[in-house]
Amino acid sequence: MATKKFMFVNRKAPYGTVYALESLEVVLISAAFEQDVSLAFIDDGVYQITKGQDTKGIGQKNFSNTYKALGDYEVTKLYVEKESLEERGLTQDDLMDLVWEDEDDDYAEKPSIIMVSRSEMADVMAEQEVTLSF
Amino acid sequence: MAMLHIVNKSPFEKVSFRSCLNHAKAGDSILMIEDAAVGAIDGSSFSEKLKAAMADKKVYVLSGDLAARGLSEDRMIDGIKTVDYAGFVDLTVENETTQSWL
Amino acid sequence: MKFTIMINEGPYQHQSADSALQFARAVLAQGHEIYRVFFYHDGVNNGTRLSVPPADDRLIQKEWSELSKENDLDLVLCIAAAQRRGIMDEDEAKRQGLDANNIIEGFRISGLGQLIEGGIQADRTVVFGD
Repeated sequence: MATKKFMFVNRKAPYGTVYALESLEVVLISAAFEQDVSLAFIDDGVYQITKGQDTKGIGQKNFSNTYKALGDYEVTKLYVEKESLEERGLTQDDLMDLVWEDEDDDYAEKPSIIMVSRSEMADVMAEQEVTLSF
Repeated sequence: MAMLHIVNKSPFEKVSFRSCLNHAKAGDSILMIEDAAVGAIDGSSFSEKLKAAMADKKVYVLSGDLAARGLSEDRMIDGIKTVDYAGFVDLTVENETTQSWL
Repeated sequence: MKFTIMINEGPYQHQSADSALQFARAVLAQGHEIYRVFFYHDGVNNGTRLSVPPADDRLIQKEWSELSKENDLDLVLCIAAAQRRGIMDEDEAKRQGLDANNIIEGFRISGLGQLIEGGIQADRTVVFGD
């Protein structure tokens, strides 16, 4: 099977709609197909990976820990847009510390989050072959 | 690789259209469908941003969606082209990839 | 060219299902091929046979069903999304111990892998949603 560059674009906050949860389910399945997968967190999508999500008060399952497993599924490129954080009064410190283990480097833990500017994000998007939006 | 950006929400309802314009690159095409068609009309608070994008991108609107919302083509920003669904398909063929800004 | 079409929203609630239907017809009219149409999120509601809109309005599910049968299309409803939203075929209903199924002809229920595979095999992937 061919290898294509897939990008999953996340622009919505979690819990208010189902898109964040169901798009994550697609990402996990994509790992089985050994494609070159990237995630983009733009606009309200940055809220999907904030630290300290506590959903007890709203009766929904907290699925934020699933993002931590992405490294194990070889999904290691999570592009986060700086301007989207800034517009929302957030910094990278507000985000979960997402890592992957590089088996070619003695399983050293490396960050999965790649902070990019808006124009760098545009460049990354332009390289993709299949872009899925939710 | 040139990209076709498909926008479907009104720029007055959601930020998607604005976000699309913030990420589209020179040589890309932008197609307005569904409620995004309202963005084609000149003289709105969104027009300047769209006109600026048109300096190096091609902008299209699906004619059926414009007409459905009671907006006539002669009120469009100069330089926006109308297409029908056959033209929509052609745009997806001519551009190597598509991205939908929902 | 081969197309994969993804539909994220249900019929009537959003225009996506209509837009995608018209797009699909235009794809075929121009001699291209539709590799797969994948319905995700509320898009799975395009696969029910129990819809009864007003008599003078379009029946979206049936239009998809007919397009599928006339052109031998592969219309796939995501199983996880379908389970959440109560769209069942006979086998799935039995498996879940449910007393009814509601899928319309021309659709099949399958996994998310079909979406990824559709993206790999097609020349163009187009998403309709909200």
